[in-house]
Amino acid sequence: MKTILVIGNGMVGYKFCEKLMAKTEGSGYKVIVFGEEPRPAYDRVHLSEYFADQDAERLSMAPRSWYEENNIELITNERVTDIHRASKTITTISDKEYTYDYLVLATGSSAFVPPIPGVEKKGVFVYRTIEDLDATMSYVEEIKKNKPDGKAAILGGGLLGLEAGKAIIDMGLETSVVEFAPRLMPRQLDNDASKVLQRKLEDIGLDILLNKGTQNIEGADAITGMRFSEDEVLPVDMLLVSAGIRPRDELAKTCGLDVGTRGGIVVSNDMRTSDENVFAIGECALLNHMIYGLVAPGYDMAGVAVDNILGGDALMPTSIDMSTKLKLSGIDVASFGDALNEAKESESIVYENKFQGIYKKINVSKDGKALLGGILVGDASDYNMLHQIFLNGMKIPENPEDLILGARGGEEASFGSALDLPDSAVVCSCEAVTKGQICCKVDEGMTTLKEVAGATKATTGCGGCKPMVTDLINESLKAQGVTVKETVCEHFDYSRQELYEIVKIKGIKTFEELLTSHGKGKLGCETCKPVAASLFASIYADTGNDHNVIQDSNDKFLANIQRNGTYSVVPRVAGGEITPEQLIVLGQIGKKYDLYTKITGGARIDFFGAELHELPLIWKDLIDAGFESGHAYGKSLRTVKSCVGSTWCRYGMDESVSFAIEIENRYKGLRSPHKIKGGVSGCIRECAEARGKDFGIIAVEGGWNLYIGGNGGATPRHAELLAEKITNEEVIKYTDRFLMYYIKTAGPLVRTAAWLDKIEGGIEHVKDVVINDSLGLCEELDKDMAGLVDAYKCEWKEAIENIDEQNNRFAHFINSEESDENIEFVSLRDQKMPKLWS
Amino acid sequence: MNSILEQYKSVPESEVKEWFKAAPVSKFPENGGACVKVNDKQIAVFNFTAEGKWYASQNVCPHKMEMVLSRGMIGEDCGTPKIACPLHKKTFSLETGENLNGEDYSIAVFPVKVEDGFVYIGTR
Repeated sequence: MKTILVIGNGMVGYKFCEKLMAKTEGSGYKVIVFGEEPRPAYDRVHLSEYFADQDAERLSMAPRSWYEENNIELITNERVTDIHRASKTITTISDKEYTYDYLVLATGSSAFVPPIPGVEKKGVFVYRTIEDLDATMSYVEEIKKNKPDGKAAILGGGLLGLEAGKAIIDMGLETSVVEFAPRLMPRQLDNDASKVLQRKLEDIGLDILLNKGTQNIEGADAITGMRFSEDEVLPVDMLLVSAGIRPRDELAKTCGLDVGTRGGIVVSNDMRTSDENVFAIGECALLNHMIYGLVAPGYDMAGVAVDNILGGDALMPTSIDMSTKLKLSGIDVASFGDALNEAKESESIVYENKFQGIYKKINVSKDGKALLGGILVGDASDYNMLHQIFLNGMKIPENPEDLILGARGGEEASFGSALDLPDSAVVCSCEAVTKGQICCKVDEGMTTLKEVAGATKATTGCGGCKPMVTDLINESLKAQGVTVKETVCEHFDYSRQELYEIVKIKGIKTFEELLTSHGKGKLGCETCKPVAASLFASIYADTGNDHNVIQDSNDKFLANIQRNGTYSVVPRVAGGEITPEQLIVLGQIGKKYDLYTKITGGARIDFFGAELHELPLIWKDLIDAGFESGHAYGKSLRTVKSCVGSTWCRYGMDESVSFAIEIENRYKGLRSPHKIKGGVSGCIRECAEARGKDFGIIAVEGGWNLYIGGNGGATPRHAELLAEKITNEEVIKYTDRFLMYYIKTAGPLVRTAAWLDKIEGGIEHVKDVVINDSLGLCEELDKDMAGLVDAYKCEWKEAIENIDEQNNRFAHFINSEESDENIEFVSLRDQKMPKLWS
Repeated sequence: MNSILEQYKSVPESEVKEWFKAAPVSKFPENGGACVKVNDKQIAVFNFTAEGKWYASQNVCPHKMEMVLSRGMIGEDCGTPKIACPLHKKTFSLETGENLNGEDYSIAVFPVKVEDGFVYIGTR
């Protein structure tokens, strides 16, 4: 039985034990771990959370019982003082001696305290251990008791410093962050990114001082200020130093192991020190002349050390990924690959939005083919995909800016799906779990993040990969689902199309009835309920007011919920034709309710910023003036856009406005699997962009051309020709049938373009069905559409006439007349907008 | 912004100090949610009529800090009662407040009782 001594019980020391146990199942080696802190290993990456909840238990990596179960002896509160390499023994502070076959140094690092005169004064703390945090917090309490306007400072504008700064503000002290460099997080961010981050941090109350070298700590006994120059002093009552780390190499030095000139225990890439029986891993190890201050490389080092002790020959890779993504006081910050591009080997593409505080930069190789690095501040939702593209050297789009700008105007992700990654792509770098391993678990039948995390340990480290792992699980399930069956959700084993038939044939009128007779469980969910509501609308012309608790939120409130929980209202302006009188009325209504006003992309007028309780009032004013609020939210007909047509245009072939109005009024209120938009152009110049719509009508010599299945958005697609040179009546007949056929057969949230792509036989098949009546359905399609058109009701009129005073769905509170005081607006170009999300 | 979230901490039934008298049962929509003003806080109360059960949570969406959860849709996830936020369809367990999409943020939940036709919310 060989003995392994592990000095250090931090995250990496613990990971070494865990990996050793996984490989040996606890036999063949006696393991003793020494930790100088009083408690077993804890998650230092999330240390700042301790400020908020003081729950050390939550940060724990494994309880003492884990060590016991694995026959590992854990000795805490005991510092190792000497290593005697000749006799392969160590001694501890209480003079105990232990013999080893292999020694693993996982001593980590300590906080670096710059040699500033006075730094030893009372009130100066470091940020490293739970005990450091306890001491800091009790000093903060003391200041608050004795000095109402007490101030704190953080030395160091790196990641930890900024986290600590936010924590101290939250404890109630005014806090400044003092950074020597000209920018924040100087190793990860460039100047512009730093500025965006700085503005966001200042918004939450942090004072940021850059380019400040501290000459002296002022104060007789306790700190009273920091002197930057002759005439510049920052008065502070406490200082938290977070100026970087120093590897803990003192044991290695005294026993004669090689250490770097600036510290760190020299290791080769098998993690052996200059003594082949002694390994060093984590932040105490100097590999490739570098100290890697991230947990992921530390975990990799632990794995390599385990393998070599067990006789293997694993090596650390020559280039180690230092990408990071984090949430800093709720602000996304990420940097990956060659983020700073100091060697100027790449070209940068930068997107900056000062309104929203978003900065995105990617560095692309000069040939435009590879992604070399990047920085994201304010919105790092693209990080996982970008990081994977970078790590795996994946092909990037022809227009690399798509990577950060997304498909403009669209709703879907811009580039690729998680499933495009190679199987070998490491998705969870903390635990080195690959895409292949995750998908394999899904293939074995696991369906939830919890199960997959349990089986692979993915997401259990820093947690940054959670969104991507979730995507992979969902995408793999979907990929399976396509071959198995597209069911609506866990409550129904039917597709939307099958449910349509069930509801229609059995005459089912309520969700409860549908769930009891054909579903599972008692409650349903946010997926199947709106599908049912949409079916009741498509079959019985039930409006959003009917079954209002199973309607999607927008259908329930008959308006679009916007960023700050207020609503937008879009009066219907059929075909875009509006009189000056009507414009004036709309202007008056906008003014009366102080609404932000904009012309939409669909040629209508959009009012924003209506509070829930104001909706019925606004609708009443609109209805009184002869308008109705339009369907701007539902999975229903939105608009039929038109150009001005032959009434005014010198090129116009036919009256596009008249026809657009007729069509819009025909299909208004029509519910469908997804939104529907139409367009009518008076000639082939196509000013109404009709071929970018679900149905598009273009005047040509001898009649109208009817196109279907187009859309803008993320995957733009031109509509395809269904019929040529047809009359107004034929246009309506074929459009009726096409829409009805789509409504009956499409999956939930599938737009006509995707439906047309998927339907067997494509456009030719649809032509056969709606023009040649190949399935003998036309009579039914015509009848169903006529029924829906006839059944149209103004939902908003219906809503205000039937407001239930008992439980009014438009009241913010049911027990108070007050409105939501949480809603805040800021001004924007003489109008208003919601306060930014932070 | 996080200061809004800090006002809302789950209250286990055993630690209820005061039952806030919210409103008569008839004020609450069936199979849906409503927002109750509890002193300076906003609590969303959900009436699971089909099961005869009531749940309450913070009204603020922990993802974007808007007071909207009461306007979301209720449902169940493998037997767990849940609420879907109307802003981005993030779903949360109404039993534990846990985020059911596997993301970090969760919501605070509160006990509810009905007595003599009135709904009460348990507070600390």
